[in-house]
Amino acid sequence: MLADKDRIFTNLYGYQSWSLEAARKRGDWDETKALLARGQDAIIEEIKTSGLRGRGGAGFPTGLKWSFMPKESRDGRPSFLVINADESEPGSCKDREIIRHDPHKLIEGALVAGFAMRARAAYVYIRGEYIREAETFQKALDEAYDAGLIGKNASGSGYDFDVFLHRGAGAYICGEETAMIESLEGKKGQPRLKPPFPAGAGLYGCPTTVNNVESIAVAPTILRRGAGWFASFGRENNKGTKLFQISGHVEKPCVVEEAMSIPFRELIEKHCGGIRGGWDNLLAVIPGGSSVPLVPAKDVIDMPLDFDGCKDAGSGLGTAGIIVMDKSTDIVRAISRLSYFYKHESCGQCTPCREGTGWMWRVMQRLRTGDAHIDEIDMLQQVTKQVEGHTICALGDAAAWPIQGLIRHFRPELERRIAQNDAMREAAE
Amino acid sequence: MADRSPAPDTPELRERWGGFEFSEAWAAKADAAIARYPQGRQRSAVMALLDFAQRQVGEETNTQGWLPLPVIEYVADYLDMPVIRVLEVATFYFMYNLRPVGRFHVQVCGTTPCMLRGSDDLFAACKKRGMVKGHVSDDGLWTLTEVECMGNCATAPMVQINDDNYEDLTPERLDAILDALAAGQQPKTGTQEPGRHTSEPVGGPTTLKEMVTANHDYRGEW
Repeated sequence: MLADKDRIFTNLYGYQSWSLEAARKRGDWDETKALLARGQDAIIEEIKTSGLRGRGGAGFPTGLKWSFMPKESRDGRPSFLVINADESEPGSCKDREIIRHDPHKLIEGALVAGFAMRARAAYVYIRGEYIREAETFQKALDEAYDAGLIGKNASGSGYDFDVFLHRGAGAYICGEETAMIESLEGKKGQPRLKPPFPAGAGLYGCPTTVNNVESIAVAPTILRRGAGWFASFGRENNKGTKLFQISGHVEKPCVVEEAMSIPFRELIEKHCGGIRGGWDNLLAVIPGGSSVPLVPAKDVIDMPLDFDGCKDAGSGLGTAGIIVMDKSTDIVRAISRLSYFYKHESCGQCTPCREGTGWMWRVMQRLRTGDAHIDEIDMLQQVTKQVEGHTICALGDAAAWPIQGLIRHFRPELERRIAQNDAMREAAE
Repeated sequence: MADRSPAPDTPELRERWGGFEFSEAWAAKADAAIARYPQGRQRSAVMALLDFAQRQVGEETNTQGWLPLPVIEYVADYLDMPVIRVLEVATFYFMYNLRPVGRFHVQVCGTTPCMLRGSDDLFAACKKRGMVKGHVSDDGLWTLTEVECMGNCATAPMVQINDDNYEDLTPERLDAILDALAAGQQPKTGTQEPGRHTSEPVGGPTTLKEMVTANHDYRGEW
């Protein structure tokens, strides 16, 4: 188990104050000027060496992403850092804890990351439903400005850097980076075609990097303790510590920071009091937030929770929002509820997603009760393949994968319901 | 994709809301929001201004607030934007109410993590009190909405009522909260599980135990 001294988010549960004074006592904003004095390239190099991969779901190497930003502005355009706090993935609830309990880690991270990528300012896009969290964050920002930590000559470094809060208003799609940029510009959050990539033309047409809250908030600690420290946790290619969020049918759902690659069983036993009704009662797990395919019990128990471990099991680590389902679960309904979610959240821009998510949900509704023809399982599978990869953003893929996972692992259950429904109908006739 | 349209544009609506203007307090907030964006990019503040407008309407009607068409036009004018661009934003984002709502907007999360922990029972509890999804109750107190994942999965099931979250709910706990609100009291927000602080495991954290009682500095152990 990860030792407490190696946990980055020491005030994760908010037992202590989030205020600047308390955060400083925990080690935040400690000689930030010296961190910046190492220089932009050295900071990016350290983050690269640490092996930090983006914590928002895709797992792109963070240091590499920062290095795509222009080193100088040839045409006078400023660069921007956008921090993605639009945490809306079902199963994910980690950024909320950072924002409301350790906001200064995020603000300091914004300065360090923004400085490293030579950005003029950071916009923190926080989901609209995090109302109290946004209030806390704004107060923390005000504290940081008053103390001269950000703003003109931030932390005495000679570098001017602003951090602004932007509240969303209830649209999951704004978690997609280009949709977020559109939304920041005051438009509907509909994703943009790439290229151009945000690092070339993002917010207001200026070079922009979009990073998840957790990726940014861990940066100062990595710089303080060194890339080697961070890289000492987790397997090759899956380094560091990670906030895991366990929901569903465990005895004690919680958010907890652990080393990457911790086996599923160990995580659940140590922090969640086991599976409700014991390990024999485990049915399936969605390991990375709703967008990834489910993993059946037999494959998940010894699975290392990291990018590669989940990938090898045919799923993904995503945001590490782990949804646990025991044998009392109506698995078809559980997935069909996710289909409804994607139907609800499709932005309506691309036809395969706008029409497909609704179509898939309607078929899933019928599969729940078995009111379908046996061939429709294959038809549904085919349609998911027609949606996947044929849309501007990954919401189409995200809507397709949970259904594909269900068909892959629970086809007999779908067939059983259809047979049962047929038998009941025949009996009625 | 959800189908959302503004409330019908009637003479009564014009009569009631045609003269809408930000109060001094909200205008100050609106101007501060606009100042967060570069010069000439004031439309970036449209989401904030619609929120403020909805809140002011809420104050005037003693509800959570909503966005009548004349108010949307006022925001467009404030930001020098075409009305259709503001209307697009207002219809795209779910937190803007396009129809009047009750004093308390009871938003029950129904997505899978909450469903697995019993959100069905919360809907049943609301129904038992006479709430119907998408409608304002006869006494004007409640509007029930099923919302998508609110990001409180480790403390599921949950309900957001206006600006506050109530987590770790059971039908009985929800009933107690709704009773308190109806009686004009402010119930405890956050988790309703006795002894639970926030998102740590029930019964006390398995990690960072020193933090429970003191603002522990772990740097000495690095």
